[in-house]
Amino acid sequence: MQLTNRAKPVDRKPMTWLESIYLWNIGKGMLITLSHFFKKKATIQYPEKKRTFSQVFRGLQVLNRDEEGRERCTACGLCAVACPAEAITMEAAERQNGEEHLYREEKYAAKYEINMLRCIFCGYCEEACPKDAIYLSQTFAPANYGRSGFIYKKEDLLIPDPIKDPEGYKKALGERSKLKD
Amino acid sequence: MIILQTIGFLVLEKFLLVGLIVSLSMIVAMYATYAERKIAAFLQDRIGPNRAGIFGLLQPLADGGKLFFKEEIIPLASSKFLFILGPCLAMITALLTSAVIPWSTPLHLFGKDIPLQVADVNIGILFIFGVVSLGVYGIMIGGWASNNKFSLMAAVRGGSQMVSYELPMGLALIAVLMITGDLRMSVIVQNQVAHGWHIIYQPLGFLIFFICALAECNRTPFDLPEAENELNFGYHQEYSSMKLGFYLFAEYINMFISGVVMSCLFFGGYDIPFVNEAAWGINQNLLAIIGFVVLMTKAGLFIFLFMWIRWTIPRFRYDQLMNLGWKKLVPLALANMVITAAVILWLNK
Repeated sequence: MQLTNRAKPVDRKPMTWLESIYLWNIGKGMLITLSHFFKKKATIQYPEKKRTFSQVFRGLQVLNRDEEGRERCTACGLCAVACPAEAITMEAAERQNGEEHLYREEKYAAKYEINMLRCIFCGYCEEACPKDAIYLSQTFAPANYGRSGFIYKKEDLLIPDPIKDPEGYKKALGERSKLKD
Repeated sequence: MIILQTIGFLVLEKFLLVGLIVSLSMIVAMYATYAERKIAAFLQDRIGPNRAGIFGLLQPLADGGKLFFKEEIIPLASSKFLFILGPCLAMITALLTSAVIPWSTPLHLFGKDIPLQVADVNIGILFIFGVVSLGVYGIMIGGWASNNKFSLMAAVRGGSQMVSYELPMGLALIAVLMITGDLRMSVIVQNQVAHGWHIIYQPLGFLIFFICALAECNRTPFDLPEAENELNFGYHQEYSSMKLGFYLFAEYINMFISGVVMSCLFFGGYDIPFVNEAAWGINQNLLAIIGFVVLMTKAGLFIFLFMWIRWTIPRFRYDQLMNLGWKKLVPLALANMVITAAVILWLNK
């Protein structure tokens, strides 16, 4: 049964003499390749030029800070629970006196690690977080020489301080700053 | 004393010329690898090498340097002498062919004419054919000495392909020689300068010659000796380092030389079409340089055509190759020869 009328019957006729010396068809093929010679090239010069990702691209995780540069994470562990790949581990600690400028609430993550080899970049951690402390950025994990290099520590994940390094903060926020406004 | 001086001058002149031509072939071959990669990329909507130097122009140097510093591996089971002889032969034969090619009109230096041709022997084109036939020994010996069944198979294929395609090549050439009446390369070119290019009289002959030249250079669609997917790289599979480099280089030199030979045989060599440059009355040396540039342009166009074909057509199957050679090209070349002979006879009557 035919579903469409696009099917073409295969031509099984023996080749004519002209076809059997291939020249005519080779000429046609060569014209096609020549037309590609002048076409616009699809290459993007990667390290210099980068293709822009879509607005909802899910890349490397970033641990967020608030406007005063305090870490938002309270080490509640909801992201680790939500994580289907079990890539997130953390250790909680209590905020001491005099650390109010570092951590937003009384509890904070002393250790926070994401294994980027396990992570599937599903974004469930971002969805689970009640404190807006983790989000997926528009970058991806660069290549590394060893497995240990793919276990990202808290220092690797934290966003730059908006007060000490406003430029870096803005850059890390990227497209997200526009989304918020 | 005077005789000695003349001989000394002659030897010096020829040595200089040989050195120049060999280095020219090397440089052209070097940049042919670059051109191959660039053209392949452009035909496939890519950009190609562009990191080493501007437009990637230093890429051949980087490739060559890499080949020199690679580890040299000679398989234990190979026959060592022949294993080394293979690439040497390929390189030597590739470079030898350039000896009889007239590169341009004579230069006029130090009060005497210096022909830009290493040897104007009276069997010029036969010499080229002889040396090209020797070229297959590079492939045969290399493939055989590797003691590897894939290489051996490729060597056998290479041998049979060369033998099959030399025949129609020679037959196509005979028609040209009947027009010229001389085997000397310089006479063949001068004849075309005087009476128009041979492509006008011998379009079919040129077509056959060109197809056979593709086969002789082991270029796609006739690259069965180095078929990557069925023979893992063919006859140079066991080679590494600069010995592999020699094989690859020899292929590109062969391509360049066959481009030049075809320009000389069918496209008037150093002749500029539609003008009589000898009547311009300009300096002889300048004329020689212009002629040389013209010849190089023609050869360059041929190299482009070779590459264009390579990146368009897939490889022939072995039976298709033999069918095309023996059942299509040989009869066509024979017919071409007979018709040419008949027409010449009829015109001379």
